[in-house]
Amino acid sequence: MLLQVEDLRKRFGRRVAVDGVSFSLDVGEIVGFLGPNGAGKTTTMRMIAGYLEPDDGRVRVFNIDVAQDRARAQQRLGYLPEGAPLYGEMTPWTFLRFIAETRGMSKDKARVAVRRAAQDASLGEAIERPIESLSKGYRRRVGLAAALLHDPMLLILDEPTDGLDPNQRTSVRDLIRRLGKERGLIISTHSLEEVEAVCTRAIIINDGRIVADARPAELAAREGGLEAAFRTLTGGEKAA
Amino acid sequence: MTSLLAVYRRELLSYVTTPTAYVFVAVFLFAIGLFTFQVGGLFESRRVDLTPFFAFHPWIFMVFLPAVAMRLWSEEARSGAIEVLMTLPAPTWALVAGKFLAAWTIAAAALVLTAPLWVTMNILGDPDNAAIFTAYLSSLLMAGAYIAIGSAMSALTAAQVVAFVLAVLVAFLFTAMGLPMVSDFFRGAMGGGFAEAIARLSILHQFDAAQRGVVEIRSVFYFLTLIATFLGFTALAVDARRGA
Ligand SMILES: Nc1ncnc2c1ncn2[C@@H]1O[C@H](COP(=O)(O)OP(=O)(O)OP(=O)(O)O)[C@@H](O)[C@H]1O
Ligand SMILES: [Mg+2]
Repeated sequence: MLLQVEDLRKRFGRRVAVDGVSFSLDVGEIVGFLGPNGAGKTTTMRMIAGYLEPDDGRVRVFNIDVAQDRARAQQRLGYLPEGAPLYGEMTPWTFLRFIAETRGMSKDKARVAVRRAAQDASLGEAIERPIESLSKGYRRRVGLAAALLHDPMLLILDEPTDGLDPNQRTSVRDLIRRLGKERGLIISTHSLEEVEAVCTRAIIINDGRIVADARPAELAAREGGLEAAFRTLTGGEKAA
Repeated sequence: MTSLLAVYRRELLSYVTTPTAYVFVAVFLFAIGLFTFQVGGLFESRRVDLTPFFAFHPWIFMVFLPAVAMRLWSEEARSGAIEVLMTLPAPTWALVAGKFLAAWTIAAAALVLTAPLWVTMNILGDPDNAAIFTAYLSSLLMAGAYIAIGSAMSALTAAQVVAFVLAVLVAFLFTAMGLPMVSDFFRGAMGGGFAEAIARLSILHQFDAAQRGVVEIRSVFYFLTLIATFLGFTALAVDARRGA
């Protein structure tokens, strides 16, 4: 099992952001996290990536408890934070070198890893330009390359296609599909069409809880389309 | 160790590629010159030693180094890049130490840039160069303490200006604990013995002998303790973010 999440809980002050989330993930699965704004997708992913500590519950990556052995778990996963924050004054090349070396790679290994990841994320010419001068889509790809650097088996990508143009979106989806063949991925997205196109499994989160966990096709068949399923399960009928 | 060096290099690179650090160093050099000659009266004293120069280091560092250190953690939190940093499998202490050492390197560079003064002294007369050299080393060590304070305050807030103001306040407290106006306050509040003890714990007191080129193990230990304490505090504050 790549990832086991058990009864994860997190509150911010009085606000309960994640309220008992459990699921597990195997190689070959591409899970799509769906849910309205503020549902708790990012918070859940942050706890899996070891950025936030859960108030309760457990995350295990390759059977390593993230709370007990965070660094070892983090070596085995790649994480793209929401909005892909980066260091603007660096170029993708120096930034990725920095990530690789901070991950403990030697200079030679880092150079090879950066070349490979830059190619996978199709950075192209952009690799030599300051990050702050890049378009949103290219920044997202730099973040993606950073998550792929150490060739992890588990990838947690928070809105990987947000802000990409249709061409870039297609190429990132192809990449995700390709990666998903021998890895496990969780991607969050607001695009239902994307879930249908790339995910082998959809998890819908509402108010910090999982309200559906099924194959996208199954879910769509049950409710008459994925969009209808999303609306019914997240209480958005009235707005529609 | 690889992570520490990677963080150090990145931080240093961002210091030298943004104009802010140059401005701070320029203001530092200007201020130290102004104080040394105008207030300290270096040439009027007709002695060839640098005591009037070193005497102002605590006061100028107190403002200059919080300005250098304020971005260390605040900027990461503001831009969100801290999420990238904290999801890398590197121990917090390596991140803290790497950043600290980068800022310390800027302080060292600023000190090196005051060397023309030292050269001038040697042209004008025959100063005690060994004493001046050790005073420089003590000053560098003291700079580390101010940067550690700045680093800790920077880890508390995403606003650089707030980090700066907090750091100057804390730095002032540690610098001036021995001054009459401060120790009188403590004497009134807690009694004479306490005021004495507090005075001995001030940076001014600890740097007093050092600026004349005398190395006291006690003072070295004092500055190292300050550095370790505030870096430990930085690591705690950084790790506390995971709980929030
Ligand atoms: N650091 C924080 N401090 C306080 N509240 C927070 C914090 N992070 C998240 N929250 C709150 O937790 C809840 C869940 O937020 P989260 O970012 O996980 O939602 P999300 O599903 O990712 O939403 P979106 O689709 O908008 O990205 C929200 O109500 C949010 O306001
Ligand atoms: Mg989110």
